[in-house]
Amino acid sequence: MGAGHGHRLHYHGHSALHRMPAECKLIALLIFVLAVVATPRTQYWAYGLDALALSVAVACSRVPVSYLAKRMVVETPFVVFAVLLPFIAVGERTQFLGVTVSADGLEAGLSLLAKATLGVAAGLLLAATTEPRALLAGLEGKLPQQLVQIMAMMIRYLDVTGDQLRRMRIARESRGFVATQPRHWPVLGHAAGALFVRSYERGERVHLAMLSRGYSGTLPGLAPPPASAGDWSRALLLPAAAALVALAAWLLR
Amino acid sequence: MLKVSNLAYAYPDGHQALYGVNLAIEQGERVAVLGPNGAGKTTLVLHLNGILEAGHGSVEVSGLPVAKPHLQEIRRRVGLVFQDPDDQLFMPTVADDVAFGPANLGLEGEELTARVERALAQVGMAEHAKRPPHHLSFGQRRRVAVATVLAMDPEILVLDEPSSNLDPASRRELADIIRSLDITVLMVTHDLPYALELCPRAVVLSAGQIVADGPTADVLCDDALMRAHRLELPFGFDPRSAGTRP
Repeated sequence: MGAGHGHRLHYHGHSALHRMPAECKLIALLIFVLAVVATPRTQYWAYGLDALALSVAVACSRVPVSYLAKRMVVETPFVVFAVLLPFIAVGERTQFLGVTVSADGLEAGLSLLAKATLGVAAGLLLAATTEPRALLAGLEGKLPQQLVQIMAMMIRYLDVTGDQLRRMRIARESRGFVATQPRHWPVLGHAAGALFVRSYERGERVHLAMLSRGYSGTLPGLAPPPASAGDWSRALLLPAAAALVALAAWLLR
Repeated sequence: MLKVSNLAYAYPDGHQALYGVNLAIEQGERVAVLGPNGAGKTTLVLHLNGILEAGHGSVEVSGLPVAKPHLQEIRRRVGLVFQDPDDQLFMPTVADDVAFGPANLGLEGEELTARVERALAQVGMAEHAKRPPHHLSFGQRRRVAVATVLAMDPEILVLDEPSSNLDPASRRELADIIRSLDITVLMVTHDLPYALELCPRAVVLSAGQIVADGPTADVLCDDALMRAHRLELPFGFDPRSAGTRP
């Protein structure tokens, strides 16, 4: 985490992708993910082309592949599910790497794995090239003000609350408590409750502080100047490629 | 400048926090409000900009009564700096946060940017404008919190426990900043040496009433008064020999 910059997912840089307005990147991500999801599941070559298009975008962003790869661990639950699918699904059986598995489950598992990986990688690329503040600015005017305000507060206080949680854990452990068994869960429940009450009280104090500075229901604009047609056309290259691939996959099916 | 007359307040649960407070502060004064925990200091502060509405009595800021119709103007005139900077700083970056108050007053564009830059320069935080608040040290966050209200161009700066949780260097830096401002200051604190250092005048608030009002050194040297209201000087600190700052 570079000093002065964003959060753990953000990779500081000045590439074309970093400079692109956040709203363009958000819409591009949305369309890209929809196109990938809409791709028929047995057309594996289509995922290959999507991956190729995405890797061109990654290359443009100059975010190291290893940086993204490390953060791909958030995908683990999907991977576990995708690996289980061929074994738990019913229907026709088939041989895969010497194991008898469900043919349907294998197909579903492979396409789930491919789609999830593409989606997560694209999401990480957005996070790596966009600071949280820019994301909020990009959402402003597109989502209701209240939602943007809630997200802004969440980004601001996630670390504060996380720190509080950590201090509470250290305080528990300093008094010899380490949760290992279900009978310890009530203690964790109390801790969660205490954290909730503290956060609620902080919310009230933040509100007072906001009122003291003349808050009347709207946050002053964060929004930078609106994106140009050029920004949009560059941002939409990647999702356009994915949409074409999806279309071709449907036609060739 | 600031005039509090017969101010009384009871919380909705019936707990009476203030019993008729009278306090007048002149332009340019720096006044410390001293008092033990639970004396009603924070309750008093929350009345000064109309967050709490007086149960009885009144508060006036430069002749304008603190009441619903002109709360916005009152909140411009009275800059409240809260004790925990994490409560005060809620926007994604320092610059956004400092811009929040003046933007609520209707400033925008160049004027707003200039106001933000000036306020940050006043507290020596100009080079941190683009950083998110949680990447700053506690002392830096406290200074930014001061900037957030300075940006509103207040007539009186109200500080709630400004020195709490600061290391000695940050504490001194904040004192330098407060001294450099040409503004009326009301400072609520337990930190008696800090009060002596910064404020020529002190009032003691105890059990919801002002029980003493005078030169800070005299108040701190009045042993009987201090004992009666749970105020204690730190070990080894003698206000008689502490000297004064310009």
